[in-house]
Amino acid sequence: MFEKALAGSRRYWGLVIVLLVIIGIGFILYLWQLKVGLKITGMSRDVSWGFYIAQFTYLVGIAASAVMVVLPYYLHDYKAFGRITVLGEFLAVAAVTMCGLFILVDLGKPVRIFNIMLYPTLNSVMFWDMVVLNAYLLLNIVIGWTVLEAERNGAPPPRWAKPLIYLSIPWAPSIHIVTAFLYSGIPGRGFWLTAIMAPRFLSSAFASGPALLILLALIIRKYTRFDPGREQIQTLAKIVAYCIIINVLFFLFEVFTTFYSQVPDHMNHFEYLLFGKAGYERLVPWMWFSFTGMVLASILLAIPGVRRDHSTLAAACVLVVVSTWIDKGLGLITGGFVPNPFDRITEYWPTIPEAFITLGVWAMGFLVLTVLYKITVSIKEEIMG
Amino acid sequence: MEMDRREFLKLVGASALVGMLGGWEAVELLAPGEAEARYLTKPEALEAERWAMVIDTKKMDGETARGCIAACHHAHNVPDIDDPKREIKWIWLEDFEHAFTGQPQDYIADRVEGTPFLVLCNHCNNPPCVRVCPTKATWKRIDGIVMMDQHRCIGCRFCMAACPYGSRSFNWMDPRPFIEKGYPEYPTREKGVVEKCNFCAERLAKGLVPACVETSKGALIFDDLADSQSAVRKALRQHYTLRRKPYLGTNPQVYYVV
Repeated sequence: MFEKALAGSRRYWGLVIVLLVIIGIGFILYLWQLKVGLKITGMSRDVSWGFYIAQFTYLVGIAASAVMVVLPYYLHDYKAFGRITVLGEFLAVAAVTMCGLFILVDLGKPVRIFNIMLYPTLNSVMFWDMVVLNAYLLLNIVIGWTVLEAERNGAPPPRWAKPLIYLSIPWAPSIHIVTAFLYSGIPGRGFWLTAIMAPRFLSSAFASGPALLILLALIIRKYTRFDPGREQIQTLAKIVAYCIIINVLFFLFEVFTTFYSQVPDHMNHFEYLLFGKAGYERLVPWMWFSFTGMVLASILLAIPGVRRDHSTLAAACVLVVVSTWIDKGLGLITGGFVPNPFDRITEYWPTIPEAFITLGVWAMGFLVLTVLYKITVSIKEEIMG
Repeated sequence: MEMDRREFLKLVGASALVGMLGGWEAVELLAPGEAEARYLTKPEALEAERWAMVIDTKKMDGETARGCIAACHHAHNVPDIDDPKREIKWIWLEDFEHAFTGQPQDYIADRVEGTPFLVLCNHCNNPPCVRVCPTKATWKRIDGIVMMDQHRCIGCRFCMAACPYGSRSFNWMDPRPFIEKGYPEYPTREKGVVEKCNFCAERLAKGLVPACVETSKGALIFDDLADSQSAVRKALRQHYTLRRKPYLGTNPQVYYVV
């Protein structure tokens, strides 16, 4: 099937080349980072994780959300989603690829990455995250590829694929739950030390992932002969609507507990993010934009007319993707580190090389996505004849 | 080299014995720390069941404290990086308010107000950094010292996120150009790994007390917490002491007399 990725339109190759150029720039800057160390980033002794780990966290959510198309189809026999399960699974493949790369570029000693497997440490959540993410990547490649191949041959998927598909359903939320445990199990960071971290991760994932999938489906619909389907997009839109509302609620639950209890170790971080502290307020406008964005998207998506019109739906989906990205990509990690354990404030902002390395990894993910979607769409077009 | 039958058998026997012992050590690896501790112990080494430190702030003035810091940082080749975002520190000074967050006092004793508090790794009995490390590059020895293996560390910095005391530093760049006067007896580090205070494990092995303790003119007491007659236990009996963030359940082993 891979041959389908090697023959494409001028537009397809144009996109591939643009992505390769961005990857190239990111790669060169990464070589520089390898040479001189992580000092080229905005991270510091106080904010020791930054943009890389934040993108990782966000993308685990995108990856997990594939279950939102797989589950209704296989467990509820919701036939319509049969058309797009492969799109969901391949989106997961691209997202997990980026997750792995973001971990790699964040490591101080990337050549030692296999120490995680050489010295398996069962009490480390990071070990388990490595296990679940790699298994999830494998599951989605195998399942997506096999199902697509079967579809091409006009045959049902092989019997051995079924157990793997069923396994992938609980596996999907597990990757994001384990990722939440990276943070919520740490005693000294009040911002992260909350049992609602995992539920919040899931709600924002199941809003942002399907929102991104809608946008991708709309692009495919516009530029190829394959139509992922109106009903499919509408059902996804309802999923996004419910999940973004739940996500706003979870956030407000957290805010209530924090501000009503007034426990400083928890409140300090929220104060910094929402109002600024001691004159430090770099993230304040971002956090308010993110929060109002989520609320606005909740309202918009709750209105049937907005969902039905594909252009307003697309706008609402962009709002969901951007606002949840700011929440996890900027607020979550920095918010946990500010103020530091001494109640002092060191702010964080990514540097230009850091931003380009990040962009390079995103481009790598989108290259994987472009190639996999090209194959999928070509096969679907071939079936249509 | 010629070898007769008797010599050969002797050699085989000896090899088998060594092999068996080696095998036992492999089993010991499942209980980390024990095998290492046996190997390292020399007759002159200082040993304890549970090392702990008492910092008597009544005896500590700014000059002594700075002396302790200088002694430690020299003995461990800690680079002098003049940038709070990139700096490396094993032991340093904080005021009461920032050292003891979570125990705020609106009105504190005049004496405490200006007192310098030395802060360092607390060598917790229940260390979160050890719990989260994905490669066992940081681990707790049987004598309680929380150690760091800079050759195994992958630089993921999970331990820095997990430490509630900000005790850990990361080498954001090659630290060697920032070491003014190198100390050849202790290794320098590379970029990309985490480091922190090790209670001078390398000095204890040679029978020396930690460098900061040696320089502290009696303000730092370092001894076996498990021994009821030890200097640490005596100090804890005589004074009411504070620990940093004890409510987190980490059981820190640096005690402050205020």
